[in-house]
Amino acid sequence: MSGADAVASRARTDWIGFRTMVLREFSRITRIWGQTLVPPGVTATLYFIIFGSLIGTRIGKMGGYDYMQYIAPGLIMMSVITNSYGNVVSSFFGARFGKHIEEILVSPLPNWLVVIGYMAGGIVRGLLVGLVVTAVALFFTHLHVNNGPLILAAVLLTSIVFSLGGFINAVFAKNFDHISWFPTFILTPLTYLGGVFYSIELLPPWARAVSHANPILYMVNSFRYGFLGVSDVDVRLSFAIMSAFAVGLFGIAVWLMEKGVGIRE
Amino acid sequence: MHALSIRQLTKTYGNGVQALKGIDLDVDQGDFFALLGPNGAGKTTTIGIITSLVNKSGGTVSVFGHDIDRDIGAAKSCIGIVPQEINFNQFESVETILVNQAGFYGIPRALARERTERYLKQLQLWEKRRAVARSLSGGMKRRLMIARALVHEPRLLILDEPTAGVDIEIRRTMWEFLRQTNERGVTIILTTHYLEEAENLCRNVAIIDKGRIIENDLMSNVLRKLQTEIFVLNLREPLRGEPNLPGFGVTRVDDRTVEVEVSSGQSINDIFIRLAAQGIDVVSMRNKVNRLEELFMRLVGRAGAPAVGGQS
Repeated sequence: MSGADAVASRARTDWIGFRTMVLREFSRITRIWGQTLVPPGVTATLYFIIFGSLIGTRIGKMGGYDYMQYIAPGLIMMSVITNSYGNVVSSFFGARFGKHIEEILVSPLPNWLVVIGYMAGGIVRGLLVGLVVTAVALFFTHLHVNNGPLILAAVLLTSIVFSLGGFINAVFAKNFDHISWFPTFILTPLTYLGGVFYSIELLPPWARAVSHANPILYMVNSFRYGFLGVSDVDVRLSFAIMSAFAVGLFGIAVWLMEKGVGIRE
Repeated sequence: MHALSIRQLTKTYGNGVQALKGIDLDVDQGDFFALLGPNGAGKTTTIGIITSLVNKSGGTVSVFGHDIDRDIGAAKSCIGIVPQEINFNQFESVETILVNQAGFYGIPRALARERTERYLKQLQLWEKRRAVARSLSGGMKRRLMIARALVHEPRLLILDEPTAGVDIEIRRTMWEFLRQTNERGVTIILTTHYLEEAENLCRNVAIIDKGRIIENDLMSNVLRKLQTEIFVLNLREPLRGEPNLPGFGVTRVDDRTVEVEVSSGQSINDIFIRLAAQGIDVVSMRNKVNRLEELFMRLVGRAGAPAVGGQS
């Protein structure tokens, strides 16, 4: 076999392996739809009823839009963040716990592709849930689209970042408590304080300054900018930060796989 | 070229335990090879390193000429592994587990389904193809892991105690299947708790103890090294005195049972002739221990120790 043929054969093998990983994740997500797709829809409905219809009408305009319209992109992004993270952390830790991660480890799939495979599973669930929440949002309000490609780029990059975050969490987790600590004590506070429900312009200067250290602020605002054309931060800076996180976390995840942390003796 | 070649393989775990202390091992293509040793000897560690589930500390491993440090993908493609512990997703169906495993090895979906059907039928699991894996019996789970290990048609099949906890009938069916697999040209490495299994199936054997290979030869040569066997004789009438068997080691177990140690070169006929002359009638006789097991105990110097196998 010539060098080019070998490369093509390798690429074909890798592609089939990657596709298998994604199909397996898709199958898992749809098999347990009651745990994966329905709860975010229910939660979003409650948010829209309480914060949008009941409280939002008394708040008035924010960023030049109705409060319901203002929070809709943030709520979609919040569900994408938690579900991308949750999918990978539970799937990868579950595979470690049940030892079926060994099915992949003994296969010829390269480590970087294993990371991408799990990440793709997180993106699939993040986007599916994002669509569910978007459908719920459209039931309550009109969603203006300022820049479609920017919306897609923001949601994809955010999903990649949190899928990789979930992967790294799952590598280090030693029990099921460890996979809920980070989402409960770090991710949820950062998300709620990341401008989902308000513009940081409402905050006192010190709190505004602190908010700029929260990476989720940039994700939510770039996504909101794609819909409404308003943002509390520079959108170019947002994409630079998201890209840096994505590259950095991917590098860390692959390095952990190469070292065998948490998966090889 | 060997199917497996190991040179100066070492492994020291993070807790300081030196599981492998420089192992050299060659397994020929087409061989049916037994890797035996007591619990904690280093068998599972060795298999873990070959299949890249364990990081080695030193040495080299190559599979059909592919060094696992330089060409891990090609080496992995050659190997099928049946681990000691159940390690498939218990919530997936039998069919899905096999099709997915084939996919991880780059086998196209249509071919994966074809092979899945073939191996599930060969291992009498086809009727269970839509069953969730956790609903299978212990024996079925073991067979599922064998089918999964074969679905990408590896050249080297490694089985780490594949028949543990399996009833004798299914065990014999699995032996026959493995024999046929080996006859098709697949090299097989087997560790087992049942030494009878290794004696029946394997042509070559390596015995590992405390992280070192202490015996590596043809199975027949290894067995030939055994100098004595102990036979248990069941007698028709209770013994009135000690049986007189000059040249044989005799141990009286109870009134109707004696154990006789027979050295190589001695005739079992002599025992019966002498006992008959003393009016002692033997109604049945059996070998006290499996011959390989006896040899094994002698080699590792642990008479009375538990048989081989277990996590190591």
